[in-house]
Amino acid sequence: MTVTAEAINASSIEAPATRTTAIKATGVMKWFGAGEAKTTAVNNVNLETWFGEMVYIVGPSGSGKTTLLSVISGILKPDAGTVTVEGTDIWNLSNDKLADFRLNKIGFVFQDYHLFPRLTTAENVAIPLILRRKSWHDALIEAKKYLEIVGLASRADLPPVKLSGGEQQRVAIARAIAGQPDILILDEPTASLDGDTGHAIVSFVKKNILNDKRCILIVTHDSRIEELATRILKMEDGRLTGWEKGADQ
Amino acid sequence: MRGILSLAYKLLVNDKAKFTALLVGITFAVFLMVAMTSLFAGVLNRASATVINLGANVWIMDPAVQTVANTIGMPDYVLDAARSMDGVEYAVPVYSGGALVKLADGTYQSVTVVGLDDTSLFGRPQLIQGKIEDIYGENAFIVVKDTEFRKMGNPRIGTEFELNDHRGVIVGIATVASSGLFGVPTLYTTYERALQYIPNPRFTISYVLVKRRSPADITRIKRQVQALGYLALTKDEFMDKISAFYMFQTGLGMNLLIMTVMSFIVGLSISGQTFYTFVLENLEKFGALKAIGAKSRELILMILFQASFTAFTGYGLGVGLCALVIWLAKLRLPDYAAMITWWNLGLALVMVIIIAAVSSYVGVRKVLRVEPFDIFRG
Repeated sequence: MTVTAEAINASSIEAPATRTTAIKATGVMKWFGAGEAKTTAVNNVNLETWFGEMVYIVGPSGSGKTTLLSVISGILKPDAGTVTVEGTDIWNLSNDKLADFRLNKIGFVFQDYHLFPRLTTAENVAIPLILRRKSWHDALIEAKKYLEIVGLASRADLPPVKLSGGEQQRVAIARAIAGQPDILILDEPTASLDGDTGHAIVSFVKKNILNDKRCILIVTHDSRIEELATRILKMEDGRLTGWEKGADQ
Repeated sequence: MRGILSLAYKLLVNDKAKFTALLVGITFAVFLMVAMTSLFAGVLNRASATVINLGANVWIMDPAVQTVANTIGMPDYVLDAARSMDGVEYAVPVYSGGALVKLADGTYQSVTVVGLDDTSLFGRPQLIQGKIEDIYGENAFIVVKDTEFRKMGNPRIGTEFELNDHRGVIVGIATVASSGLFGVPTLYTTYERALQYIPNPRFTISYVLVKRRSPADITRIKRQVQALGYLALTKDEFMDKISAFYMFQTGLGMNLLIMTVMSFIVGLSISGQTFYTFVLENLEKFGALKAIGAKSRELILMILFQASFTAFTGYGLGVGLCALVIWLAKLRLPDYAAMITWWNLGLALVMVIIIAAVSSYVGVRKVLRVEPFDIFRG
């Protein structure tokens, strides 16, 4: 199935009346470099996502998926366009407010997990809670609850290096959902995992983490997990070029 | 905030290899700095031993005197004039000079002889054996029981020796606050006996020791002494003058300063480099923290805490190690002069703070520049 970029942009912006908008990006552009070396990483992207969705952004390497994800999660400032999350124009926020926004509204699962090898699993999960000014003790107790959700309560006191790749991914998910963020962003969550484990992880996320009050965005080019998405957006050369699933949403 | 500091602490100490390397670097640097400066402090203290032990408020001397050991004799009228000066409660002469004594076993030993004012015995040492009035006895001397005591053949009361063909006898054993610098035993006797036993030039008074009536009188006494062509210094000023001589005119100060600076550079290099590597290895993690929502000031706080914690722990270990080594050295080498003072500790602390500040600065610069986007890009 192929559609024009304008069509998908128009389609995705028109939200059904019954749904609440989570993220709305309008005319987002991002360049890198200057002069002849200037590259357009994100080119006039319009995107809207709603709570209760698990949206995939798929596309070849270098198509701008990760850059777009960074722009809409408040990590990378766009050169043009606006991004609103739950009605707040995030790129009009001060640096401190933007950091608070990321801390309170967004949960990240990085491609390489970026767990702290010198901390225990529970301490890793407690990090966002500690940044929210919880005491070390309270944060650890709460972190163990999130580890329970991802089925790793028994591994709370182990360092991440003692866990398998799938378990480390689940720890990263537990850290991302610690503090109950509204938006969860997963960057290539299956890249370091075998097919079965990757599928199991994303299934788990869909079944246990996704709910009506949460929106999950996943950047991936793993076709084996596409069946789990509620909507799949295709990206190429910095533009959203179509969808593979969920056009009717 | 405590949670963030706990996080910084865990990240630091759980990396045992790096933390140990950091601690070893700073401990070693502090040890060297304190060892060097304490040796210097010990030498200066011993150089001023006579000034400390005699304890006079004001010392009158020839202006050319540079250390307490190199005395220049003054005529008797200086003593008489001092006694009649405004603000002087009393003034006494003191003799200080070197001599050679022949011990009972026939060997010769250099000694310092201090001759106390016959009337007042001002500046007398504290006796641990014998009675002070015995100093008026025939050929009487009091020996100081310090690190050099054994060089007199571990004398007891009644032990005899010869000093310039005069018979000498030990009538008391004393203790003093500070041992001398030159590694020779000290004998106390009366001023008149010292002049009698030791050949002297025309002018015999080494120093006039003055007790001033009040602290406000010092300026007046100094002015009156200056009018005579001599110099009056307070105890502290005289010790500073002696320190300045050893520091600036013997090369000792410069050599120790160079060693101290080298220790500082070694410490700075080791700990700065190790801390930089530590930050570099954790850079992605700091980037992840930034992405998650840590503010720049929180990351700065974490790095400052890590650098300060390491620096102050290393400081404590370094000072402790130095104190232990000095204590052990003094067990084997009684003459070892090192002495840890507040000044040494303060200097080492300042240098450690500089090391922590430089290390933090390097780390903070690096962490502030890391872009969370780089974490996404992998």
